[in-house]
Amino acid sequence: MNSNSLKISNENLKRRLNAERRFKFYGVIAISLALIFVLILFTNIISKGYSAFYRTLIEIKIEFNDKVQPEMFKQMSDTEINKLDLYSFSKKNIYSNFPDIEKKSDKKKIIKLFSIEFEEEIKIYINKNKNNLGNTINLYISASDDIDQIHKGNYSRDIPEERRRVSNFQLSIYDELVGQNKVKFEFNLPFFSRGDSREAELAGLGGSLIGSFFTMIIVLLLSFPFGLFGAIYLEEFSKRNRFTDFIEININNLAAVPSIVFGLLGLGILLNTFELPRSTALVGGITLSLMTLPTIIIATRASLRSVPPSIREGALAVGASKVQTVMHHVVPLALPGSITGTIIGIARALGETAPLLLIGMVAFIVDVPSSPLDPSTSLPVQAYLWNDSAERAYEEKTSAAIIILLSFLILFNLIAVFIRRKFETKW
Amino acid sequence: MENKVKVCVENLNVHYGEKQALFDVCMDINQNEITALIGPSGCGKSTFLRCLNRMNDVIDICKVEGSIKIDGQNIYDKDIQVEKLRERVGMVFQKPNPFPKSIFENVAYGPRIHGLAKDKTELEEIVHTSLKKAAIFDEVKDRLDETGTSLSGGQQQRLCIARAISVNPDVILMDEPCSALDPIATAKIEALMEDLKKEYTIIIVTHSMQQAARVSKKTGFFHLGNLIEVNDTETIFSTPANDKTLDYVTGRFG
Repeated sequence: MNSNSLKISNENLKRRLNAERRFKFYGVIAISLALIFVLILFTNIISKGYSAFYRTLIEIKIEFNDKVQPEMFKQMSDTEINKLDLYSFSKKNIYSNFPDIEKKSDKKKIIKLFSIEFEEEIKIYINKNKNNLGNTINLYISASDDIDQIHKGNYSRDIPEERRRVSNFQLSIYDELVGQNKVKFEFNLPFFSRGDSREAELAGLGGSLIGSFFTMIIVLLLSFPFGLFGAIYLEEFSKRNRFTDFIEININNLAAVPSIVFGLLGLGILLNTFELPRSTALVGGITLSLMTLPTIIIATRASLRSVPPSIREGALAVGASKVQTVMHHVVPLALPGSITGTIIGIARALGETAPLLLIGMVAFIVDVPSSPLDPSTSLPVQAYLWNDSAERAYEEKTSAAIIILLSFLILFNLIAVFIRRKFETKW
Repeated sequence: MENKVKVCVENLNVHYGEKQALFDVCMDINQNEITALIGPSGCGKSTFLRCLNRMNDVIDICKVEGSIKIDGQNIYDKDIQVEKLRERVGMVFQKPNPFPKSIFENVAYGPRIHGLAKDKTELEEIVHTSLKKAAIFDEVKDRLDETGTSLSGGQQQRLCIARAISVNPDVILMDEPCSALDPIATAKIEALMEDLKKEYTIIIVTHSMQQAARVSKKTGFFHLGNLIEVNDTETIFSTPANDKTLDYVTGRFG
């Protein structure tokens, strides 16, 4: 062999190396593109949505008078205070914070700076502090959604007045309040606890969070046991014949069926035939279970199949019955894979919107559901609903709902990865 | 002096679907002896072995005809419980296959499902004796709660032997138990078999003719699904009656 023959590259080798380099380059391009899109998506959503996690409050002074005395609240229970009519008292007190304004139409505009539930917020404050109320109190109440948006800078002041929801007069009052240091931000806790509302500053994710939670519980309770035992039966016990082949093909097809078809099924069978309550997490959960079931069955069967036959033989050879072999040895080894599949299936169900629209979970529901039998929405449906609303303030809420949804999906997937890493058995 | 016949196989025919794997096999296997089965790959010796504890039952397309009598009882009778049969006929496989559980659990599993121990101390007793019989107790006694899969290949195989004898079988089937092991581990297993034959009847399938010659009293030679010849091991390796056997043991084919 010529001593240089390992160094001189010929044409053929060059071509092969070039092809390899090209192939790597395509791969890098594809990955980078995907990452860029993900980055754009996340920056867009987060930059639009983060401001929904805090809210604007305005400080006002309340003076008690002869009719409404601080002492009278001491003997009252919470419900009694809630039943009181303090509307005109509250309104007059808000007006008296702006002594220079006398025109009635201007006073109306002043009230519009505050959340429509100012009376409730004052009652809540009184309720909390009923034993140590002075003759005057200072408290923060929520700003209206328009002022909130202006204070967050989401709403430009440069728009001509006739197209602006906040008049020049209101803006000047707002500027005055800011000058007096009476406007502040606070973490938006009500956003997580309240139900939906037509008033943007009151609308919260609470209802849809609980709705999604109930729906996912139903999905988990239905699809995991059925999926697990279905897969165990099909993989370990059923004889292979035309009928089981037919079932297998159908399960694989079912996994590819568009989700809206399951919604039609839920509408036709669960609502119309069985007359289950419309718009509820129960119906949503059953519908989504049907969608999740094939995913779980396929994942469980794959992990059952990856348990080496030698383990089964080992158990059978010491006299374990078929059921003992499967339950004592095969299933425990397949369970991590099955749980991973279940979590991913549930994450998919959590983000599913289309089937829920058909079974009525898209309704406008103000109350936070207290059981799976109450009407409710779910996270993605709430995002869809808010996206349709006209007010500017819903835009940040839409993105915030999506942020929460994505956080849950990422959390679910992380748990799935963790379980797979932690419990998988290597052979 | 001949030992008494433990297993009596008569006219055994086995089909895998259309394909016939064993043809009219008749063989007697003596108690407290090691019987070796040799032959080229695919000759049916493993199939034969797996008929003896009905491991072929799990294969849907497998059909077994003929009779296999252990202590005079046909194990293919309808009222035979395979779980009970496999308690009496243990098996050790080609590749060590301990359960991915603790060493203790590996051995305790059989006694537990058959209810052989009344309480925990009895179960421990059984596990310890089985590990001692399998000549692995001294190596693992301090780490019984480590997983069985963490042992070396040879130790795993001895653990599997301990698992097989934990349910107190009469017969132990070994399907090429040393093919995945190095010579030192193989020597240990072979020495162990010498000990075990005092209590158990051992049938071993092997690809190594030296191993068959070393350990077994009798040897059967399989070829293309037929049992060509079965005789004392010495005779098989020196003056076999059949030319095919001679060709195989002298390395002319296979």
